[in-house]
Parts: sequence; structure tokens; C-alpha cells
Amino acid sequence: MSPVIEAIGLKKNYGTMTAVNGIGFAVREGEIFGFLGPNGAGKTTTMKMITCISPRSAGTLTVLGMDPEQDPAAIKARVGVVPQETNLDPDFTCRDNLLTYARYFDIEKNEAARRADDLLAFVQLQDKRDAPVDKLSGGMKRRLILARALVNNPKILILDEPTIGLDPHARHLIWERLKALKAQGTTVVLTTHYMDEAARLCDRLVIMDYGRILVEGAPAALVQEYIGEEVIEVEKTDAVISCLKEMAVPFDDLGDTVEITHTGGQDIGRMLYDRCRPRKIITRLATLEDVFLKLAGRELREGA
Amino acid sequence: MTGILTIPTVTRRAWKVWHRNLLVFVRTWQVNFFPPFVEAFLYLTAIGLGIGTYVGAIDGIPYVNFIAPAILAIAVMNSAFFECTYGSYVRMYYQKSFDAMIATPLSIEDVIAGELLWGATRSVMYVAIMLPVLAAFGVISLPASLIAIPLAFLGGMMFAGIAMCFTAITPGIDTLNYPAFLFITPMTLFSGTFFPLTLLPAALQYFAIIVLPLTHLVAATRMCTLPAFSHSILLSLAWMLMVTMISCIIAINLMKRRLIV
Repeated sequence: MSPVIEAIGLKKNYGTMTAVNGIGFAVREGEIFGFLGPNGAGKTTTMKMITCISPRSAGTLTVLGMDPEQDPAAIKARVGVVPQETNLDPDFTCRDNLLTYARYFDIEKNEAARRADDLLAFVQLQDKRDAPVDKLSGGMKRRLILARALVNNPKILILDEPTIGLDPHARHLIWERLKALKAQGTTVVLTTHYMDEAARLCDRLVIMDYGRILVEGAPAALVQEYIGEEVIEVEKTDAVISCLKEMAVPFDDLGDTVEITHTGGQDIGRMLYDRCRPRKIITRLATLEDVFLKLAGRELREGA
Repeated sequence: MTGILTIPTVTRRAWKVWHRNLLVFVRTWQVNFFPPFVEAFLYLTAIGLGIGTYVGAIDGIPYVNFIAPAILAIAVMNSAFFECTYGSYVRMYYQKSFDAMIATPLSIEDVIAGELLWGATRSVMYVAIMLPVLAAFGVISLPASLIAIPLAFLGGMMFAGIAMCFTAITPGIDTLNYPAFLFITPMTLFSGTFFPLTLLPAALQYFAIIVLPLTHLVAATRMCTLPAFSHSILLSLAWMLMVTMISCIIAINLMKRRLIV
């Protein structure tokens, strides 16, 4: 099956600044595909190119078999977009926001009304249908934007930081809705800098940094490949360091702690505990965050 | 990169943007329909009856009849200009409405064209509400004055286009005050509105005729409301048509440059 979105050597320059530096990826139909990375990695710019908002500087890009520069209206008719910034129409109620948006897609009036009611129920905002948008909480606004992005029954749903700034309840509701959409066959593409969100939702993802893709794969496979099963965090003392050197175990120095990544983590942890009696030792599951930090380094970013 | 005078591709979807603005307008109709009534009334009483008592007549035309078309033309200018500067800027920058719209099949060209059409529509509405008031005062003659309505659309498109050019290049909402004070206010006073252009020094007369859009709108409107048509209306119409086309094209291209990066 040919990919629903495919990029080869995709590049975007803003003046002399390169935001996206020759990336390639392929999104398969029906999957949840993630772009993970810190602020400024080029995720949003990539989304803007996919959604026909920003023209690319070089490379090829196809969305549903079409070129965003040749057929933007045809692509946009079949794509739903949840932008990072809230841009609901403050002059309208929740329901009228959906109806107005439906009009931009040439959706017939009765059909639009039916979809608006269905979608308000889908994002659990049916009680707020006649409320003005500025009376909604942050989480409700994000849900309404999600509903708005679905008004054209999109083949692909594109979300830029869908849960940024939301409380745990609101995040879980969005996650659950996205999984429901995937179950209905919608392809979902999202950007996030929350590693847990990516790990929980994405079938496959790419990790981006400085406009490039560092790595691509399924979250669990990436963790397994680059880190292993577990990570041991030990308080950094001279005794611990000499112990580790004695056992010939590689470790990362994080200042006041050291980190050891290992596939059979528990044994190392036990040995370390028995031999050098550190005051603090924690064994935890390896996460995508470990993968990211390993690949991208730990130094604080400019503007972070 | 497209040139500043490249003719943009605008589709019929532009009317959807127009329709969105109309819905908001209708929802707040009490606020929107009242000012034209009051404004016409205030102008006529203050300037017409007050100043008019001293002035009497200009070139044989009663002073109130002389300024009535200027009141209409100024209303056309103000409604389109302020709609497409402050109104459009708020929708673009603060409400991010344009961003939301261009995520749909609408293009940025459609969005801006819709905004321009809406600006001109505001002008038409303003004039349509003012006309009966002026007619009731007996200061304009019917039915020739009805031509002021389509004229308001042309003038509205012209000022909407000029306004949108400023909106496209303004760094922030505060700097929109510059065109308002340095362009709109002087034009309100020196375009043959409240006194004939011929009273100005020759150089200023030429300046007003060659550069100031309101001069032509006032002249054309005045010929309709008196009525006193002359061939020079064709010149004014041609001037306005040309400036309208150029300003609207430049406005769309500048906006594209601002928003599509």
C-alpha cells in the first residue's frame, strides 16, 4: 500500500535559517505517526508544509498522492488540522464555530448541522453547544478545535502539539478520542514534545532535532534498540564510580547522579547495591526520553 | 516569489469569508444599524443648519445639499477603510481567523478577497441606511441619488484595497493610526467635501485630483445627488476603477507575502 504522506529530502529555509533540513518519512494509512522533538526541531514547519500552508524550499512531498503546491484545495478538503495555537472564532458559539467551518468545506447545511451535533457529542461538549467560545476552559477549547478539524470527515488528521498546556484529565480525553479515530480508520499525524504522549499513542514515530530526523521506528523498538530494558540511576559518589569502573560497566555522568542503561538491569543494580552500598539507587523502565537524550545530547538548548 | 502586481487567483470561495463576516454583522445588527442614522442626522444638523445658515449657498446650491453627498462619500471611505484596517487586523492577528480559514480549501487569496468584498459591503450598507435620512431632509434628489449605492460599492472596494495594503505592512495595530490620521483625516477635509476644491491654491487642487481618492468619490456622488452630471464623472469613475484594481491586487499580494512564509 502506498503511503498517505511521503517526504523525500524535504527542506525548508526561512531566509538564511534552515528549519527543516532534508528529511524523509512515509506515513502509512490508518496509523498514528508522531513527530517527537524539542521546541525548534522543525516539527511545526513540517506540519505546515504537509497542510499546504507553507511552501517547501526543496525536496518532494506528496499528501494522498497529491503535491501540496499543485492541489492545495483538494488536499485540504481531505485533511483535518488541529493547530498549536487556538484559533477558534470568538464571534461565534461552539456549534456555530463548527457550522461556519463546515461552510468553508462546502458541506451542505443539514449535513453540517448533523455533523456538528455528532462531533460536539464526540468531544463531550454537547452541553456547551450554545456557549460562546471565550467561556470555555483551555481543555474544552482544544476539544472544540479537534471537533472542528473533523468536520470534513478527514482521511488524515494532523495535530500540532494537541495537548500542550492541558491538565491530566483533558490530556487523557484527547488521547482516548485519537485512539477512537484511529479505530475508525483515520490516519493520525501528530507532533509533540511530550515523550510519554508519543510512547502512548504512536504506532511509529520519528525523533527530530535541529531540522533533521535522528531516528525512526516504533516507540518500544526504539527504546529497546537504543537503551535496553531498564535504566539504573545511582547517586554519584567516588565509591560508586570506582565500583562501576571495577565492574567495567559503562555509565553516563549526569552531575549528581550516574545513569546505567542495561538490558538485564536488575543484576547490575543488585551487584552495585551489594558492592558499594550507595545511599540512593533507582531502577526504572527505559523510556523514549532516554532515547532522545542519548541521541540529541543533554545540553540545554538555546531558547529552551 | 510572486511580484507585487501579479494578478492573484481568487475563487468563488471568497464569498464564504464575506458570509462569515455578514453573519457576525447581522448578529450585532443593533450596534451596526444605529450609527449611520445618527451620523447623517448629526452632520446635517451641525454643519447643515449651523454652518449652513452663514454660508447659505455654494455656486447656487444650498449648503446642506452641497455637503450631503460628501457625508455619503466620507461614510463610504470610513466604513471600508476601518473595516479593512482595524477589523481585518484583529481577525488576522488577534483572532487568527485567517490561519483557521486557510487550513480549509480556502486560499489566502480567497480570504483577503472576501475581506475586501466585505469592506465594500459595509460601505454599501452605510449608504443605503443614510440615503433615506438624507432624502427625508430633502437634501438629495431621487431617483438619481440611488446611483450612490453602486457607487458606494466601487468606492468601498477602493478604500478596502488601500486599507488592506496598510494592514499587510503594519508592524502592529497601533501603527494603523498613522494612515488613519495622516491620510484619512486630511482627505476628509480637503477633497471637495465641505467646500469646493476651487477655493484651494492651484497646486493643492491638482494634488487633490491626482492623488486623493476621496476627491473622485465626492465628485461622482455629488453629481448623482444634486443631480448635475457632467462628462467628468467618467474621468472620476475611470480613476477609481484603476486605483481599485491596483490597490486590491497589491493588497492580496502583500498579504500573501506577510502570511505565507
